[in-house]
Amino acid sequence: MSSKKLLVKGNEAVAIGAIDGGVECYFAYPITPQSDIPEYLSRELVKLGGTFLQAESEIASINMVLGAAAAGKRAMTSSSGPGISLKQEGISYIAGSELPAVIVNMMRGGPGLGGIQPSQGDYFQATRGGGHGDYRTMVLAPSTCQECYDLTIEAFDLAFKYRNPVMILGDAILGQMKEPIVRWKERSIDPNEAIKWCLTGKKGRKQRIIKSLRLEEGSMEALNEKLMKKYKDMEQDIKWEEFMVEDAEVVAVAFGSIGRIVKSTARKLRSKGYKVGVFRPITLFPFPYKQLREVAKKGKRFITIENNTGQMVEDVRLALCGICETEFFANMPGKVSTPEDFIEPIENMFK
Amino acid sequence: MYQDVIIAGFGGQGVMFIGNLLAYAAMEQGFNVTYMPVYGVEMRGGTANCTVVISDEEVGSPIIFYPKTLIVMNQPSLDKFQPRLVPEGILVVNSSIVDESKVEKEKFNAILIPANHIADNLGESRMANMVALGAWLAAIDEVKLETVEEVVRNQFKSKGEEIVNKNISALRRGYEFAMEKAS
Repeated sequence: MSSKKLLVKGNEAVAIGAIDGGVECYFAYPITPQSDIPEYLSRELVKLGGTFLQAESEIASINMVLGAAAAGKRAMTSSSGPGISLKQEGISYIAGSELPAVIVNMMRGGPGLGGIQPSQGDYFQATRGGGHGDYRTMVLAPSTCQECYDLTIEAFDLAFKYRNPVMILGDAILGQMKEPIVRWKERSIDPNEAIKWCLTGKKGRKQRIIKSLRLEEGSMEALNEKLMKKYKDMEQDIKWEEFMVEDAEVVAVAFGSIGRIVKSTARKLRSKGYKVGVFRPITLFPFPYKQLREVAKKGKRFITIENNTGQMVEDVRLALCGICETEFFANMPGKVSTPEDFIEPIENMFK
Repeated sequence: MYQDVIIAGFGGQGVMFIGNLLAYAAMEQGFNVTYMPVYGVEMRGGTANCTVVISDEEVGSPIIFYPKTLIVMNQPSLDKFQPRLVPEGILVVNSSIVDESKVEKEKFNAILIPANHIADNLGESRMANMVALGAWLAAIDEVKLETVEEVVRNQFKSKGEEIVNKNISALRRGYEFAMEKAS
């Protein structure tokens, strides 16, 4: 039997990715549908000498992430919808302090306390910063369990590369489904990764201050200018996938779990003679505007499909601006999407 | 190659368990596979179902509305999923507790198997799920009985040889029952 593949839930794949990605401190607070992540790390991270701590609240856990990050540690927290809202102040502080951190949001249906059914309703919150002030988090949206693993590893590297929070944006479908993954990275921790900026105690070196309060004249202006440049630089790490786009007449734009479900729809429609492809943004911030625009220039027609009432479609419109329009199809948050849901809306585009 | 199945029953009947076994076996045979659980409000006594998709291509959707095959362990599951099964699809029904007259035998490739009774006769009524999975394996080509047996051996290793052998004999009994019916 092959021993290389593991059959795991998306949530577990994130947790395994965190371990192999070198997470040193994980601060938990339980909420469905992501609780497999703290469950796994409470068992496995401790064995490796890492810190697992279940805090008294979401707010406490994100501020512990801030503290650990200031000490130069690879730190992470995870939650879902309502819990992520509670963490927003801390995420804004982390961004304002220019600290690396990984935050996982396995989205559930909302608004409010909502329910535990699937939803992509937190797209705006994730891609527009989410908290107060002018900041962005980098957002990675996996669609398979393997990507849950791969992108969590990458999230840590990107967080340190840019000294900025990185969000993994999954959902209830991805968190609960199982799929084989291959672990390809061995856990290793570079103790000097943050040596140039982290807080270690100032003995023998110049004082360092990590804070997000900026009262000195010009300092907030300077920070925002630096952040703006940082967000521009992140464009070099844009990721996306094109699935049967080359000869497609109609391209469906979808992300995350919906991005993979639409692939099945595309296959079904192709078997009926309709040339359908799928464009799947993997980084939601920065959004692959240019890449989608290039596809549009080839004369395709577009339909954006989301498990919300219309959020990413605004980014798609920005990408296509001046070239063409996009249709939009919504599966309401709380509805479990199947490939059949998208057949009619895509088929209609051929009429 | 593409195959999918919805496995449905009461919570406690082990439908999630056999879904997992099947997914493991498919993975061991080198296929791409997804397993998607759907729970009812409560675990025991509530309805539960899972979907397993097996393919040699990348699996798109892990959620299927019109399944190609179905394993139905109780009456509510037949009522819910039979109308969605594709024409001539494989329908494994636990006839011990499902009303046979409600099974559309002309429309589907139906295998009526008294899974509870067979499991009882083997001395462990909780193994009805394994009996049903065995019957399903007899009806499809992609996943081999032997691979599932191998996975059972690994999964139950810690529980001792007796449990392993009991479960394997339940699988085989289901498999043989379906083979006899087919011939």
